[in-house]
Amino acid sequence: MAAAQAVEEMRSRVVLGEFGVRNVHTTDFPGNYSGYDDAWDQERFEKVPTMAVEKVLVYNNTSIVQDEILAHRLGLIPILADPRLFEYRNQGDEEGTEIDTLQFRLQVRCTRNPHAAKDSSDPNELYMNHKVYTRHMTWIPLGNQADLFPEGTIRPVHDDILIAQLRPGQEIDLLMHCVKGIGKDHAKFSPVATASYRLLPDITLLEPVEGEAAEELSRCFSPGVIEVQEVQGKKVARVANPRLDTFSREIFRNEKLKKAVRLARVRDHYIFSVESTGVLPPDVLVSEAIKVLMGKCRRFLDELDAVQMD
Amino acid sequence: MMEEDQELERKISGLKTSMAEGERKTALEMVQPAGTDRYCVKFVLHKEDHILGNSLRYMIKKNPEVEFCGYTTTHPSGNKINLRIQTRGALPAVKPFQRVLNELMNVCQHVLDKFEASIKNYKNQKASRNEPTF
Repeated sequence: MAAAQAVEEMRSRVVLGEFGVRNVHTTDFPGNYSGYDDAWDQERFEKVPTMAVEKVLVYNNTSIVQDEILAHRLGLIPILADPRLFEYRNQGDEEGTEIDTLQFRLQVRCTRNPHAAKDSSDPNELYMNHKVYTRHMTWIPLGNQADLFPEGTIRPVHDDILIAQLRPGQEIDLLMHCVKGIGKDHAKFSPVATASYRLLPDITLLEPVEGEAAEELSRCFSPGVIEVQEVQGKKVARVANPRLDTFSREIFRNEKLKKAVRLARVRDHYIFSVESTGVLPPDVLVSEAIKVLMGKCRRFLDELDAVQMD
Repeated sequence: MMEEDQELERKISGLKTSMAEGERKTALEMVQPAGTDRYCVKFVLHKEDHILGNSLRYMIKKNPEVEFCGYTTTHPSGNKINLRIQTRGALPAVKPFQRVLNELMNVCQHVLDKFEASIKNYKNQKASRNEPTF
C-alpha cells in the first residue's frame, strides 16, 4: 500500500524541497499534460487579433510631443471594437474600406482661461484643454459603419488615458486609421495585458501544529491559506485554501516548522490567469485562443491531405 | 522502395511548383533524407513556433510506434520549425503526424466545450444572485 501510494505521489505531485524541486519528470510521463499546456500562455494570445491605430495622418501638431512619439502612443491605445467583425486589410491597400478600417479624429487646441484668477499657478485653472485624453478622440464612421455600430460603441476602451499635454497656442489635429492585426506583429495588437499559468498548489501538514506555532505557520503563507481554529481551547492550524498561496517558501526559513509542512503542486491541475486590455472579455479571449490552435491543426491537416491526394 | 522514394520526391517538388504558380505560401514541406524510407521524415512547418511544435511533439511521443520525435526552431527570429518523426517501421511517418493533428483538434474542442459550459454556469449563478460578471 505504502509503495503504491509513493508511486502515486511521484506521478501526481511535483514536490518543492528546500533547495530544489524533487520528483520532476520529463514530459513523457503519463498523466502529465504540461506538453500542450505550455502553449497556453501569452504566446497563444498573440494570435488573437484586435484593432489598433496603425496610421496617423497629422494635419497640425504644435505640441512639444513629436509626431512619431505621438503616433506611437496612439497606436498603443486599446480600441473597443470587436475584431471578429472586421477583416484584415490587404497588403498594399492604401485607402482602407469600411470592413477593415476604423477612423478616429483628434482635434484639441489649448487656450488660456480668461476667467482664471490673476495670481493662480494651477494649470487646471489657467489653461483650457491642456491635457489631451482619449475622450477627445471622436469616431468618424466610414461607409455603412454608422448603421452597423450604434453611437458610442466604437471608442477607446478607457477615456482617461493621457495622450499629451499642451500649453496655450498649441494644437493637435490628426486623423487616425485603425486596422486589424495580431500581437505577433506588434504588441499594440495584443488583446491581453498579462496571461500566465501556474500549477495548483498542494499544501499538507505532516504533523499537527498547535498554539503559537500555528500562528507562526499562518504568517509564513499568503493570507487565507492557513486557518487557525480554536479546538478545545487550543489553537490548531488547518490548511484552508491552498489555491491562494504564491509559494514564497518562507516556511523553509523557519527551522521548527519546515519539517511540519509538505509543499507540492498538483501536476495536472493548471490555473490560468488572463488579464484582458478591455477589448474582449477574458472568457471570449480564451475561447478565441483555443479556436486559433484548432485552426492551425486544421490548416496542416488540409495541407497533408493535399499532398497525399496527388 | 526506390520507386516510392521517387514518387515522394515528385510529390514534394510537385507541391513546390504549384506554390510558384499561385500566391499561396507553402505552409508545410516534407523533407526526406536520401536513401531512407518513409519512416523517417522531417517536416518543415512555416509560420509556426513552440505553440504547435511542443504540443505536437508531446502528443506524437505518446505513440508507442514512434521511435523518435523532436522539433527545433531553426533560428529565434525565424518563423518556422523542423519537426522530425521516426517510426519503428510499421507506420509511415506521416501517419502519427496526421493522427496527432486530429487528436489535438479533439482535445481543443473538448476543452473549449467544457470551458464554455462552465462559463455559462458561472454567469447564470452570478445572474441569479444579481452580481456583475466580466
